[in-house]
Amino acid sequence: MSRIRAWLAVALGRSHPADGLASTAQAATLDRRQAVWLLAAAVLAVAPHGLWLPAWVHALCLLLLGWRGLIVWQGTRPPPTLLLLAVALAAAVGVRLEFGHFFGKDPGVALLALLLGLKLLEARRARDIRAAVLLCLFLQLAVFLEDQSLAVAALAVPGTLTALSALIALSDPAGRAREHLRTAGLLLVHGLPFLLVFFVLFPRVQGPLWGLPADAFSARTGLSETMSPGSISELGTSGAIAFRAAFAGPPPPPAQRYWRGPILTDFDGRTWSAAPATEAETPFHAPTGRRLDYVLTLEAHNRRWLLALDYPGAAGPAVRFTSDHRALSLRPVQSRSRFTLNAYPDARIGLDESPAVLAAATRLPADSNPRSRELAARLAAGASSHAEILARVIAHMRGARLTYTLRPPLLDRHAADRFLFDTQRGFCEHFASAFAVLMRAAGVPTRVVTGYQGGEVNPVDGYLVVRQSDAHAWAEVWLDGRGWLRVDPTALAAPERIEDGLAAALAAEGELPFMLQADMDWLRGARHRWEALSNTWNQYVLGYNPERQRELLSRLGTAGDSAAKLAGLLAGLSAALLLVLYAWAVWQRRTTDPVQRAWERFCARMARAGLGRESWEGPLAYGERLAAALPEQAHALRAVCADYARLRYGAAGTRDPLRALEQQMNEIRLP
Amino acid sequence: MPLHHANRLLETAGRIILGKERELRLALACLVARGHLLIEDVPGVGKTTLAHVLARLIGLQFQRIQFTSDLLPADILGVSIFDRATSAFRFHPGPVFAQLILADEINRATPKTQSALLEAMEERQVTADGETLALPEPFFVIATQNPAHQIGTFPLPESQLDRFLLRIRLGYPDRAAERALLMGEDRRELLERQPAVASPAALLELQHAAQRLHVSAALIDYVQALLGATRNDPELVSGLSPRAGLGLLAAARAWALLDGRDHVLPEDVQTLFPHVAAHRLHLAGDGRPVPPATLVRMMQAVAVR
Repeated sequence: MSRIRAWLAVALGRSHPADGLASTAQAATLDRRQAVWLLAAAVLAVAPHGLWLPAWVHALCLLLLGWRGLIVWQGTRPPPTLLLLAVALAAAVGVRLEFGHFFGKDPGVALLALLLGLKLLEARRARDIRAAVLLCLFLQLAVFLEDQSLAVAALAVPGTLTALSALIALSDPAGRAREHLRTAGLLLVHGLPFLLVFFVLFPRVQGPLWGLPADAFSARTGLSETMSPGSISELGTSGAIAFRAAFAGPPPPPAQRYWRGPILTDFDGRTWSAAPATEAETPFHAPTGRRLDYVLTLEAHNRRWLLALDYPGAAGPAVRFTSDHRALSLRPVQSRSRFTLNAYPDARIGLDESPAVLAAATRLPADSNPRSRELAARLAAGASSHAEILARVIAHMRGARLTYTLRPPLLDRHAADRFLFDTQRGFCEHFASAFAVLMRAAGVPTRVVTGYQGGEVNPVDGYLVVRQSDAHAWAEVWLDGRGWLRVDPTALAAPERIEDGLAAALAAEGELPFMLQADMDWLRGARHRWEALSNTWNQYVLGYNPERQRELLSRLGTAGDSAAKLAGLLAGLSAALLLVLYAWAVWQRRTTDPVQRAWERFCARMARAGLGRESWEGPLAYGERLAAALPEQAHALRAVCADYARLRYGAAGTRDPLRALEQQMNEIRLP
Repeated sequence: MPLHHANRLLETAGRIILGKERELRLALACLVARGHLLIEDVPGVGKTTLAHVLARLIGLQFQRIQFTSDLLPADILGVSIFDRATSAFRFHPGPVFAQLILADEINRATPKTQSALLEAMEERQVTADGETLALPEPFFVIATQNPAHQIGTFPLPESQLDRFLLRIRLGYPDRAAERALLMGEDRRELLERQPAVASPAALLELQHAAQRLHVSAALIDYVQALLGATRNDPELVSGLSPRAGLGLLAAARAWALLDGRDHVLPEDVQTLFPHVAAHRLHLAGDGRPVPPATLVRMMQAVAVR
C-alpha cells in the first residue's frame, strides 16, 4: 500500500522523483531496468497490430524499437534529431500513400505505432517517457478496435501490466523489477471490481461500437445467394466457425442436422440463384410433430438469413419467415448475434404451394445439358407419378458410380451433363445441381437448398459447432399431397458425409482443413477447450448487449430504464467499492500485538484531548510532551509511556503483564 | 566498564569542556560502538581538547597527526630502516600505532595518505614489508575537517566518509559556558592534573555490553523503514548503505547503554540518525551534503509503531 501511495503521490504531481532522472535522462542513459520495461511495453503494444498494419509500418516500428534496445544494451549513440525528423516525415508520407488519407482507424493506428517508436528514440525527459507509456496503453486499446476475441483480451493483460510497471519503474528507479510488477498487478487487481461494475452497469451501445461502415463488413466468408460449380467446395477447406447452437435437450442426430440457408430456384444452365420470396412474421407452414428448442449464436456474415434448423417454427419479434420456409433476421447480421429459435423436424412444408412457385421450380433453360434431358426423359418414361420418377432418379444416381470429392474437375458448360456422364466426380453442389436438373427435365418441381449440414458437439461445453466446412447443398422435390421433400443426392454417393461429416467422407484426400484431420486427437481436444472458452467469452462478455443488460437489471430488481438511475447506481456502487478498499487498507494497517493495540487506544484517547501522538514520535518523547501538558499527572504519564516502551522494545524476559499497563492507562484522566 | 565509570567520565569531561554534554556523550557512544568519529568544525572550538580529554580520562595512548599536503603514508604507518647492528631492516611503527588518534584536518592530505589511514581504520591492522601488524585495542580515530576553507584540500570521497560512524559538530559554546571558559583556568593544565577515571579494559567491557544490548523486532522494523525512506527519497542521490544501517543500530545501542537502558528505543535511533546520515547522504541536484532540515523531514515521514 505504501508503495502505491508513494506512486500516487508521484502520479498526482506532488513529488517528482523523476526530476532526478531528468538531469541524467539522456535517451542513452535511461536506467536499464526502466528501459527494459518500456521496451517490453512498447513491443507488447505494437506486436499484435502486425496482423492488420501494413508490413512496412510494422517492420519500421520494430526497427525503431530495436534501435532503442541497441542504445540500452550496446550503448549505441542515439540518432541525431535531424535523422529522426526525416524518418518521421517519411513515415507520415508513407502512411498517406498507403491509406490515401490520415483519417480513420487504420492510418491512425499506423501513425500512433510509428510515433511510439520515434518517441522512444527521442525521449530525453521523464515527461517524454510518461507520454510514451500512455501511447503504449492507447495502442493496446486500439487492438480492440480490430478484434475483441478472448485471445486479444488475454494479451492485453501482460501488455497493461508491463506498461504500468514501466510507469512505476520510472517513479521508483531504486525498486526491483519484481516489486514493480507486483505493484502494477496490485493496481490492476484493485481496478478489477470497478471494471466489473462498469461493465455491468455502463449503458451498452447497440452493435459493435467501432463498426465503421467503410471497412467493417467486407469480405466475410460464407454462403452466397447464388451457387455455381465450385462455390461451396471453396468453403470446404475453411475451419472457421459459422455458428453455434445450444439445444435445450439433446441435439438431433447428424442425419437431421440440416441448417437452412438460401433456397435456389432460378437456374440459367450453370448458376443457381434465389427467387424472390414473401416475408411474414409467422412461418408459412403449420408446425407439427416434435419440437426442438435451441439458441443460435451466429457469427457475423452481413446477410439476413439465419441458418435455422429444418423447419423453423414461430420465434420472437426479431425473426421473420419466408414463403420458402427460411428464417430471417430483421437486419443483416453484422456482429455475432444470438437468436432463440425452435425447429419442427417432422413438419410438412409447402402442402399448398402456389402454382407460380411450382412453375418456377420446373423451369430449365432449353439449350443446356442435352444428355441429362435425354436421360431424364428415359427415366420418366412410363412412370405413373412424380414419386415414381423420384425413386427412379434416385436409383439411377445411386448406381451411377459417382465419386464425392473436395477437388472436382472444373466444369463450365453443361455442368450436369459433364458431371453425370464424363467426370463423375463432384462435391455436394454438383450432386444437388445434377439431381435438380434431372428432376426438372422429368417435369417434377425441384429446387436447390444451400446451408450447412452436420456440426460437431463440443464435449467441453455441449455447444454444437458448425463450421464453414460444413457448408452443404441439397435438393427439395415437391410431390402432390406431401409438399416439399428433402432429398440429399450427396448421401446417395457418400452417405458418410451426412452421418459422420466431411472429414469421414474425404479421409483419403488429405486436403482437409488441418484441424479436421482425424489423427490430431489431442489437438482437437485442446481446440475444443479453447473454443468452449472463446464461446463463453462471446456469450457473456461480447454478447452482453442492451437487451441482456436490461434483462439482467430487471432481474436484479432495478429497472435500468432511466440514464439518471443508472448513473446513480454506478456512482453509488463505485463509492461503496472505494469505501471497501479503504476499509481493507485500514484493516491491513491494524496491528495484532495487544500491547501495541492498547498503546494505540491510549494515543487515540489522548488525541481526543488534543494531545495526539505524532506518527514519528517515540514513546519516551511523547511521554515528556504529555507530562509537560498535564503536569499534575506527569508522573503517571511518564510511567505509562516508559512501561509501554519497555514492553514493546524490551527483551521478552522483562515483559510485565499487559493488564498492569492497561490499568495505568485507564487511570489517566483527560482534562 | 560498568556504567558508573561512563557517567563519571562524562561528568568529569563536562567540567573541562564546558556546555558540550551532548557532543561528549555522542563521542563516547561512538567509542563504545567501536566506530570512528568525524568532527567537522572551524578551528578553535575544542576539537583537539575533546580528543585529549577522552584519551586522558580513559587512559588511552594518544597520538596526534597533523595532516598536511606533503604528508606521506609512511609518516603515518611507519617505515622500515636498515639496522647496521643486525644487518636487517627494522620496522619503526608510525603514529598510527596508538589507541586514540587525532587526525587533524584530514582533508589537507593527498588522497593516497588519507586512504592509508582510512584503510588502517577499517582493517584495524597495518601491512608493512609483507608483514601484518595488528593495531592496539581499543583503536579509535577522531578526524577533524575544516568545512570553511576548502582551497587546497582534498575532500574525502563518499566511500571514505562511510568509514566514520558518526559525524558531529561542536559549534560555539553558549554564553554562560563561554563566560566560565574565559574566567576559568587553562584547560590544558586542568586536564593534565586530572587522573584517569576509567581504563581501556573497562571500555572494552562497555563495548561488549553494547553489542549484546537487546533490540526488538519492532525496532528493527523502524530502522528498516528509516533506511527505506532514505533510499526512496527523490531528493537524494542514493540512500544509506547496509553498512550505515548496521552503524546506526550499533550507535543506537551504545547510546541506549549510556542512558542506562537494556533495550533500544526509537528515540535512540532518532538521536543518532542525523549524525550517522549527515556525511553519507548527498542531494541529487548539486551533490551538496544533505541539510539537517531534510533529515528531520525524512525522520518525520517514518512512523514509530
